[in-house]
Amino acid sequence: MTDIAPPSATAEDYLAQTRRKRLYGAILLAIFVAMMASGFRLADARNAGGFFEGLHRFFDFPAEIFSEAIAKWQNIPGLLWRYLPSLIETLNIAAVSTLIGGIAAIVLALLSTRGLSLWPRAIPVFRRAMDVMRALPEIVVALVLIFLLGVGPVPAMAAIALHTMGALGKLFSEVAENADLKPVEGLGSTGASWFQQMWVGVLPQVAPNWSSYALLRFEINIRASAILGFVGAGGIGYDLKTALQWGQGRYDAVVAIFALLFATIILVDHFSDRARARLVRGATAKEGRI
Amino acid sequence: MTMTATDINAGTRFAEIDDLFWRRRLRAFVVPLGILGYLIYILFAFDIPGLAAKARPENAAILLGDFWSYKTHVSRDNRSGEVTVAIEGERRGIYPEGQSPDWIARQGATTEITLPKGAQVTYTDKAADVLVPGYGTLHVSLEGRKVALTLPEGREMPDWISASRSRVSMDHGDWRFSMTPSRTETFRYFPGWELFFFTLDSPFHGKSLPDLVWLAVSGERVNPEMSNLSAMFGDFWNNQMWHHSDVFWAMCETVLMAFLGTMGAGLIALPLAFLAASNFTPLNAIRLSLRRFFDFLRGVDGLIWTVILSRAFGPGPLTGSLAILMTDTGTFGKMFSEALENIDGKQVEGVNSTGANALQRARFGVIPQLAPVILSQLLYYLESNTRSATVIGALVGGGIGLLLTQAIITQKDWEEVCYYVILIVLTVMAMDTISGWLRRRFIKG
Repeated sequence: MTDIAPPSATAEDYLAQTRRKRLYGAILLAIFVAMMASGFRLADARNAGGFFEGLHRFFDFPAEIFSEAIAKWQNIPGLLWRYLPSLIETLNIAAVSTLIGGIAAIVLALLSTRGLSLWPRAIPVFRRAMDVMRALPEIVVALVLIFLLGVGPVPAMAAIALHTMGALGKLFSEVAENADLKPVEGLGSTGASWFQQMWVGVLPQVAPNWSSYALLRFEINIRASAILGFVGAGGIGYDLKTALQWGQGRYDAVVAIFALLFATIILVDHFSDRARARLVRGATAKEGRI
Repeated sequence: MTMTATDINAGTRFAEIDDLFWRRRLRAFVVPLGILGYLIYILFAFDIPGLAAKARPENAAILLGDFWSYKTHVSRDNRSGEVTVAIEGERRGIYPEGQSPDWIARQGATTEITLPKGAQVTYTDKAADVLVPGYGTLHVSLEGRKVALTLPEGREMPDWISASRSRVSMDHGDWRFSMTPSRTETFRYFPGWELFFFTLDSPFHGKSLPDLVWLAVSGERVNPEMSNLSAMFGDFWNNQMWHHSDVFWAMCETVLMAFLGTMGAGLIALPLAFLAASNFTPLNAIRLSLRRFFDFLRGVDGLIWTVILSRAFGPGPLTGSLAILMTDTGTFGKMFSEALENIDGKQVEGVNSTGANALQRARFGVIPQLAPVILSQLLYYLESNTRSATVIGALVGGGIGLLLTQAIITQKDWEEVCYYVILIVLTVMAMDTISGWLRRRFIKG
């Protein structure tokens, strides 16, 4: 055994680098913790009820509504049946807005992808337009349209479709950027129009990924459509609002709506998860077991 | 293999391919047809033909006009004879006595109002003359409890006037006039947002930009107690019509909700994800029950969480951030545990070979692989939650969402709605840019 060699310059350097990295990490962590703590205190102070006073009351409301629902269990099937049309309306809002938004997103995505766009100079215009559509909160569009068109499913549909256009457009364009351009060039050389080039050359390449993103969006849109219903755009959200306003004595209706919403989201999640896995990955391979 | 076998193979392959093509062709036809059929069903389910009857195009005109323009009211109280000039007719927009704009001239009981395109309105005691170029002078007067309208000689009633016994009103697009027994009013419309920077009581009101810059840099203090720049900022910040400071803090509250919700969810989900990953927790009971728990958190929609949480914690930003935290804990739990299951085992093995314990294996073998995934998801959700926090804020009564719904419900402050929307869009786009930058900086570098 020889003596341990004195640390060389490289090792010294490496240790210094590690120390610096650790210091930065610690500083970032401290900033993060401070932000979380002060943010929590600020939010807590501006809230009507405090966090710690509210914590033990967390289960009061669920307990209240569920005990009432259990006491009136024989009403539940009837209520589920009664609210089914509203649920279908909520699902329809989500489906139509995904469909319309998705179709518009295809056009926007193709127009804003380098190499595919019909007018390459207009790419930044379409990109900015999608950014704005994405950033615009659905509730604003929905409330303004309710003011113009009256209460109903159309404002919610338009609001969600507009957002979907922006969100899917960006994702679609990212997928289309990775598409192989050779088929497009080949088609172009045969004199195919832009539409034909896209339809035959690009769409088959990107369809699996696009469908997967559209399915994911559909899940998100169901939630959005339920929330918009709460502010007056129809569907199950609106029924939930009225049921909550009746208050005690009608909590069985609240529970029925909760159950419908919960079951729908779980079911759609489950099926879209499986469909997406099949679309994108084929079979899932699990690696990295330790 | 014999020739015949290959022939049979080729034959079946042909049939298969033919079949595939047929199916493709059928699909190319059936899918668009199905979509069309569904859209026709929606057309009737959503009663789109009946929409035209319910739509209120006059609201659209009000809204679009209000988005980018404002009006100044010149109103005369017909009982006391007092004339007030006020922006948007609001109390805080009243011009002080003797400081009315230069298109209004007051002399005793008469008030002359100059309007665009040569039109002019003159208020006299209990009467008014309206000069409309190309039409003539209309005389509107108050006779007891009645409003009488005299048209210029030889003229017929035009369609821009509506007259009844108790009200005469004229609408010219960029100005309006109306008279009722109690009040005579003229509205003049101007483009822009009124008093956006300084209200009328501020010494900086009505100054041009070069003037303001000059005031800011030159030493002459308008208010001797503070520099001009801070006085300007103070007047802008405490603007009583636009409430810039309140709007700013509301926006911060919305971002705070998104931040607390997203990061809190990440902090809770990370340790749970280890317990829910099959390669870290061999115990199926824990793993599966945690998976179901994540599904439950996600399945109970944000809407239901806001309802339940508002009952426990009352309205406010904390409730909003907890609602975001609840759903996102489910989402992150699922995503992180999937990421954990997909990590490369070799790295962990390598760390293990040095005699590291479980905690060290996690720290040096797993976290470096996991961190980019986690960080990029957190940042992505932070951006998307900023938008969600607007909607949730409207439900739980916190942040800019609350201001927004309040402004929309009054149905007249559309310029404020426009202001808030622009602010939200800019904030969300800024978050998008920052999170994109951070992702590139920390995850690639």
